[in-house]
Amino acid sequence: MAHESHEQVDAVTGVTTTGHAWDGIQELNNPLPRWWLWTFYLTIFWSVLYAFAYPAIPMISSYTRGALGWHSRDAVVVELEALKQQRSGMTTKLAGSSLEEIKQNPEMFAFARAQGKAAFGDNCAPCHGAGGAGAKGYPNLNDDDWLWGGSLAQIEHTIRHGARSTSDQGHSGTMPAFGRDGMLKREEISHAADYVRSLSGLPTDKGADLAAGAKVYADNCAACHGIKGQGSQELGAPNLSDKIWLFGSDKANIVEGLMNGRGGVMPTWHGRLDDTTIKALTLYVHSLGGDQKP
Amino acid sequence: MADAPLPHPYGASADDAPLYAPRKQIYPQAVKGRYRTIKWIVLAVTLGIYYFLPFIRWDRGPNAPDQAILVDLANSRFYFLFIEIWPQEVYYLTGLLVLAALILFLMNAVAGRIWCGYLCPQTVWTDLFYAVERWVEGDRRERIRHDKEKLTLPVFARKGLKHFIWIMIAWWTGGAWVLYFADAPTLVYELATFQASYIAYLWIGILTVTTYTLAGFMREQVCTYMCPWPRIQAALTDEYALNVTYRYDRGEPRGSVKKNEALKLQGLPAGDCIDCNQCVVVCPTGVDIRKGLQLDCIQCGLCMDACDSVMDKIGRPQGLIAYDTDMNVQARIEGRPEVRRILRPRTLFYAGLIALVGAIMITSLAMRQSLYLSVMHDRNPLFVRLSDGSIRNGFTIRVANKNLDERRYALMVEGLGEAKVELVGGEIDQQGRSIVTVGPDQTLEARVLVTDTASMAEDSTSVRFVLTDLATGDTASTSDHFKAP
Repeated sequence: MAHESHEQVDAVTGVTTTGHAWDGIQELNNPLPRWWLWTFYLTIFWSVLYAFAYPAIPMISSYTRGALGWHSRDAVVVELEALKQQRSGMTTKLAGSSLEEIKQNPEMFAFARAQGKAAFGDNCAPCHGAGGAGAKGYPNLNDDDWLWGGSLAQIEHTIRHGARSTSDQGHSGTMPAFGRDGMLKREEISHAADYVRSLSGLPTDKGADLAAGAKVYADNCAACHGIKGQGSQELGAPNLSDKIWLFGSDKANIVEGLMNGRGGVMPTWHGRLDDTTIKALTLYVHSLGGDQKP
Repeated sequence: MADAPLPHPYGASADDAPLYAPRKQIYPQAVKGRYRTIKWIVLAVTLGIYYFLPFIRWDRGPNAPDQAILVDLANSRFYFLFIEIWPQEVYYLTGLLVLAALILFLMNAVAGRIWCGYLCPQTVWTDLFYAVERWVEGDRRERIRHDKEKLTLPVFARKGLKHFIWIMIAWWTGGAWVLYFADAPTLVYELATFQASYIAYLWIGILTVTTYTLAGFMREQVCTYMCPWPRIQAALTDEYALNVTYRYDRGEPRGSVKKNEALKLQGLPAGDCIDCNQCVVVCPTGVDIRKGLQLDCIQCGLCMDACDSVMDKIGRPQGLIAYDTDMNVQARIEGRPEVRRILRPRTLFYAGLIALVGAIMITSLAMRQSLYLSVMHDRNPLFVRLSDGSIRNGFTIRVANKNLDERRYALMVEGLGEAKVELVGGEIDQQGRSIVTVGPDQTLEARVLVTDTASMAEDSTSVRFVLTDLATGDTASTSDHFKAP
């Protein structure tokens, strides 16, 4: 033994020391308790059994699978199944209830909102933003201005069939490209843009010819956007007299819309999401700012 | 456990020392006396509390369980008599543990390992198992004889009976444990008719095995090798702390009654210890207290009883082994006055801390609200412009109703002048207030839309959400901010 030269016998106990000393305190070489040794052997035995039963040893391109065939992916599947099972009661209730019924029942409403929020994050957030705040061209779902209507039924229809989408039940109606297609001259477009800004009380350019703009508006825009610019939910024509601007309220943006047209696409989710998820999404989106009278 | 002769390590070099050593079987002898009586009482009281407490009822009305002490894991509630703890109030448990630690320190500063000797579950259950062993197999001499002789059928039968009783006690110990986690009478019925959850049986099994092993076989080894408290205790103690002490100033030099009487007559020094070894044979950890304080000694006090009864028999005063300090033994030898100080900075400090923590706990429990409101502002979007130009903020509120009946609350927002408050999915009362209804002992999450109708708000305005209990007028409030461009 390497320490042999340091070994001493402790005077008080008569036990040999290991030769290790710290601040004058010496380590006695007492034997291990037998139960401790047994426990130690037992853990070694256990580890061998364990390595045999479960995936344990990495190989070059794979690993030992273990006799029990346990796999972490299977464990996840079992847990997901259990989660589904746990939720199934609520999911069935949701499937069998109308949107109104769910909204009136606090328990179902809370469940639907939670499920809808998760589905919103997965499917809607890329365009509408994580909180539904939208972006230029992508409607803000928190406000009280709804292009295609903000009631529960209208929101569900929009989610299910989309707008300008591949579904033939989807909303249609586009803003034509008045400038590009030669329907209006550049000057007329400028007048119309000034007039549109004046509808919601925004300041206009100093030399703006509002009378000319009003004429252009009445001839070309009023059919969809209304005589006073109040818009139309049937056609998805935005309200031009309020403070909410999907593409921005400055003149350049309005001119750009008149020149090249507008027509954002909301995809159809029918067939891509199951009915219960669409219901939950509807209730979630509705709770953000639905059914508000501007 | 058969006892092979231990290869003697003493004086041998490290190479010859054995790697491991079997446990030295200990056969503590029965003893009677003051400390034994105290230990029986403590055993009866602590085990009585442990085994029967779950059956005590406590009426809380129809919406809560009627068990006095219940850890309701499924509904995440802890019931303790009139107190109900929610998961977010787990700091009460922290406070309780801090109190327990401080009380342990205080006990240690006053009289050493009182916890180890009288109150520790390991000591109590081991004591009970030793009592069973003694009752079935006989006292020390008989047990030693049985273990040395060849195993006969009667002895085998007696050992079998002992293990059966041990396992029954261990099984009941595990059984009592699970009763703290469910309605006790119902669970007893379910367990007996094999309808209980497998988790209950599993836990009973685990605690049966641990109790049987720890109290039947591991015994003093748990204290000597496994438990950290003897080490911590040794670092926390001081020279004033009372300990079970062999008063060697009085006892030494030890010798037989006759020999020491003769020495005394000759005017030579002679001690009171007659070296009868009774203090050693009664010891449940197998130490010789006459060697002084040692790690293995759990200070159970049985050697004091054994020594006192011997001293009574030979007509010498009791207390050769007694609660004393080494400092005082030294003082008596050197003729200095003894020092006994229970009130000293250490004990006063611990007592003060205990009083402080206890006062904080009681105050916070007394001031506890039965209504709790938390508000979280929407992170995205921070604000929304509505079509008329006004600004709206969205919030998520969570209302906790800790009352055991359903309550209705009115929600108001202060600090915005004319703010419109709308609870999504909620109702509005005649006065135009948003009303939220929360079930008994439940929380409710809801979405609140606040609109600054008068366009008063600056980029960030402090607002206060106030919730008023319509029945009692109790309020809860919390602040947040109203954001605007």
